[in-house]
Amino acid sequence: MVDVAFQANNVAAPLTARKRSSLQRMMKRKSTSAFLMTLPLILLVGTLVVYPAFYSLHLATLNKSMQRFVGFGNFQFLFKRDTFWMVVEQSCIFAISAVFFKALIGFIVAHFVHNVPAKGQRKWRGMLLVPWVIPPAMSTLAWLWLFDPSYSAFNYTLSSFGIGPISWLGEPNWARFSVILVNVWYGAPFFMIMYLASLKSVPDQLYEAAAIDGANWWQRIWYITLPMMRNIIAITTLFSLIVTFANFDITRILTAGGPLDHTHVFATWAFKVGIEGSDLPLGASVSLFMVPILAIAAVFILRDINKRGNEA
Amino acid sequence: MTGTLTIDKAAPTRAIKYGSMSRDRTWALRWSYFFLTLFAIFSLVPPLYMLITSLKGSAEISAASNPWWVFHPTLENYVRLLSSNQFLTFFRNSALVSILVVTITMLISVPAAFALARMRFWGSATLATGVFLTYLIPDTLLFLPLFKMFALFGDFTGIQLIGKWYVLVIVYPTLTVPFCTWIMIGYFASIPKELDEAAVIDGASWFQTMTRIFIPVALPGLIAATIFAFTVSWAQFLYPLVFTTSTDQLVLPVGIITTLIKGDVFNWGQIMTGALLGAAPPLIIYAFLMDYYIAGLTAGATKG
Repeated sequence: MVDVAFQANNVAAPLTARKRSSLQRMMKRKSTSAFLMTLPLILLVGTLVVYPAFYSLHLATLNKSMQRFVGFGNFQFLFKRDTFWMVVEQSCIFAISAVFFKALIGFIVAHFVHNVPAKGQRKWRGMLLVPWVIPPAMSTLAWLWLFDPSYSAFNYTLSSFGIGPISWLGEPNWARFSVILVNVWYGAPFFMIMYLASLKSVPDQLYEAAAIDGANWWQRIWYITLPMMRNIIAITTLFSLIVTFANFDITRILTAGGPLDHTHVFATWAFKVGIEGSDLPLGASVSLFMVPILAIAAVFILRDINKRGNEA
Repeated sequence: MTGTLTIDKAAPTRAIKYGSMSRDRTWALRWSYFFLTLFAIFSLVPPLYMLITSLKGSAEISAASNPWWVFHPTLENYVRLLSSNQFLTFFRNSALVSILVVTITMLISVPAAFALARMRFWGSATLATGVFLTYLIPDTLLFLPLFKMFALFGDFTGIQLIGKWYVLVIVYPTLTVPFCTWIMIGYFASIPKELDEAAVIDGASWFQTMTRIFIPVALPGLIAATIFAFTVSWAQFLYPLVFTTSTDQLVLPVGIITTLIKGDVFNWGQIMTGALLGAAPPLIIYAFLMDYYIAGLTAGATKG
């Protein structure tokens, strides 16, 4: 479609004799064709992302059979339920601690990879990124099997040290720990790759100058590495915060929210209420609680992008 | 060695520092290798355990022997899965959906990225930022309104999208297109202006400029975006779980979880084999195109 419009305009162009008018026409043609080229994108994003996002606002104000307007009824109902507050709590614990440990482990591992000779780095990087490459639904199945109540390979290993058996997914706190552990396992490689890329862009001269001034490794990290990486740390953390806050796969497969709804996050609870409980409006209301954190992160990311746009 | 030389020449205090620095370095290197090994083990345990379990028969899985070792390796699970029509249907659906989604994504995002990067028009900067923002809207926020929208669409037009695999071809581009457009804008913007000015002077149309110059020059970016689109559509779990139910319409991740887990009966040998086979295509792509994969990963945040 786009390309046909293009050719037609192109044929029409040489016919105009006057230089000025052909230039004007070209400008016109350029913006028209540019618009046509972006049209599929605009349509897709408009109908399948922006519209449903606003539609969920409308959906959240309906009753279960979606025939009556109930205003904030769904929210009032949610606020009165203990499960809801448990979900809020667990979502925050889950997202914040998972992102923190992902960032920490990513930072440490990136330093270790950066430390080894350049020709070995590729190999290490290749191995360490594997968790990020495997589809999370598939790797979580492996974790589920590792955490299996009766045949847990972890418990087998721990029992030889005289520990356990631990009920990884059966006991609320252990289940919370396990869900976070799997998320950290899955997400830390992403941080590692981002931090490694930005570590490589820190000029060596800075470290040499610091070494001459007698800075120890902690001072080098605190005064050189961290300030140089500040931007990338901020943006990666925000990204990850959004993704982790909205995470579904891991919790769904590992615990499906159990034991007794202790590990439900917004996404899994919205699925349980909306699809399994076939109360779409209530589910939509639950998932809308992800918006504030999203909006905050988006504002910060946007500020960063604009700032960088001005620098360029 | 140089340390001892400097001792003879000048300040002895310095010399001690040099010596300790090189010793520090060897120790730092040893520690690095030690911790890297630990982290590599942590990273590789689940996939390796998938492989180990997939090679075991059901008797060995339920035995009390060491779970980390295969005593009687067998390919029984692989044979069973690869000869089951159901599993092959999942695989076919996944492949079909992913390939179609990758094609659609590229057809939408490459021209759009070109227009946004090079052909400034009214609102183009806002649109570029807007595209990026839509990438931040998670699937978990959209699946309920989309479900209702498709149900209403079915009521109005009589075309039932829910329950058919091709509904995924409609939905997945929302996950892939914004990010691919975003990284392609980055790649296109890094191409020197002189190149397309030369093309325009030679009489190339905008379309020719894009296909003859931008796409070949930005090919690494294109490959990175393709890999991203493929891995995202291959791995997506929530949308197929919500939008498809009948077993002949399922894609791999959901198919494995809903058909191989029957009630409380977990056939772990086959589940792990299925999971490993499901993880294989992205892993193979990653093994051969690691640099493009990583370029795509870092482009989103650093190029923007």
